[in-house]
Amino acid sequence: MKEFFKYLINGIFKENPVLVLMIGLCSVLAVSTTVENAIGMGLAFSFVMIFSNLFVSSLRPIIPNNIRIPIFIVVIATFTTIVDLIISAYFPELYKALGIFIPLIVVNCIIIGRAEGFAYKHNVVESLADGVGISIGYIWAIVALGLIREFLGSGTVLDKVIIQSFNPAKVFSMPPGAFWGIALLMGILKWVQQKISRR
Amino acid sequence: MNLLGKLLILFISAALINNIVFMRFLALCPFVGMSTQIEVSLGMGAAVTFVMVMASVVTFFVYYYILVPLNLLFLRTIAFILVIAVLVQLVEMVIRKFSPNLYKAMGIYLPLITTNCAILGVTLLNINYGHNLIEAIVYALGVSLGFTIALILLASIRERLSYSDIPNFWQGYPIVFITAGLLALIFLGFQGLAH
Repeated sequence: MKEFFKYLINGIFKENPVLVLMIGLCSVLAVSTTVENAIGMGLAFSFVMIFSNLFVSSLRPIIPNNIRIPIFIVVIATFTTIVDLIISAYFPELYKALGIFIPLIVVNCIIIGRAEGFAYKHNVVESLADGVGISIGYIWAIVALGLIREFLGSGTVLDKVIIQSFNPAKVFSMPPGAFWGIALLMGILKWVQQKISRR
Repeated sequence: MNLLGKLLILFISAALINNIVFMRFLALCPFVGMSTQIEVSLGMGAAVTFVMVMASVVTFFVYYYILVPLNLLFLRTIAFILVIAVLVQLVEMVIRKFSPNLYKAMGIYLPLITTNCAILGVTLLNINYGHNLIEAIVYALGVSLGFTIALILLASIRERLSYSDIPNFWQGYPIVFITAGLLALIFLGFQGLAH
């Protein structure tokens, strides 16, 4: 049980895929224009991440070592297609907002990185913990960025006006804001880490 | 408008107005990872151009001559990523066999390209926009030119950044992203160049 939580926490802070390992940034920057889109993307990503980890770890004994990467890709692509079809059928508006970034979950380096680096070497329970941890890490990073961009860019959070007299700067909803937002988050995380390690 | 003008606008809009890195946020991993030196960025740009054009052509035929007639559109994502993975392997083998010098220059970047989301992204966009074969090739060329421009711009700034005095917690990636944000602001200026 202790191991389970160790792997769970690991993905949230120490090996946060977005802010520390700096992989899978494309979808994070592109889709974080509003909090709502960020949550949608986060959930779609989590579905593929967790099921890919579960499948890879449980199929571990029968996957031939030489062709493991193509097999990982097929597993991930299958779950991505499932998510793609579900979102287009039940959430057409979200589907339009996320656009090309749903099929692009296939080439998200985080998922294939965890399949190769973690799930292929650990058992099912540990891989589940890792998948959930990485997913939470991804979701908090993308939602935090969505929060910054939606508030500074249009003055709202989840479509509700927070401060009446606040004058939003549209540029934060546009591409430059995404780069500055992620730089800010990375900078803050680094600053906090330095403070902690100095103690 | 005549055909050539239309293609030119498609090319420029792919390269500058809808720059793949700054406007669409694709291919950020190589953009950040490969932009430390100008020479490295040029190598990566060449490899991406090569694979992107090849992938656009092959997926065009796979989509319109295999998936559409068989009514297997839901297999699009899986089929495309497999085509790209096989293509990259094939290109690597051919280059290693016929041109060892080119392989030395491009070799290390080729495996990385399989998981480069810009390649899959462009092939999917080609289908979404309903490009024909020539438009698909021109679009792929434009996108990869835009990618190379973005890489070289960031690399040349980073070469100078390494000598400047930056606050401790901004060092490394944070300052790179702030620079990228400023570059994206510049590229916003290209909006409205063509409609």
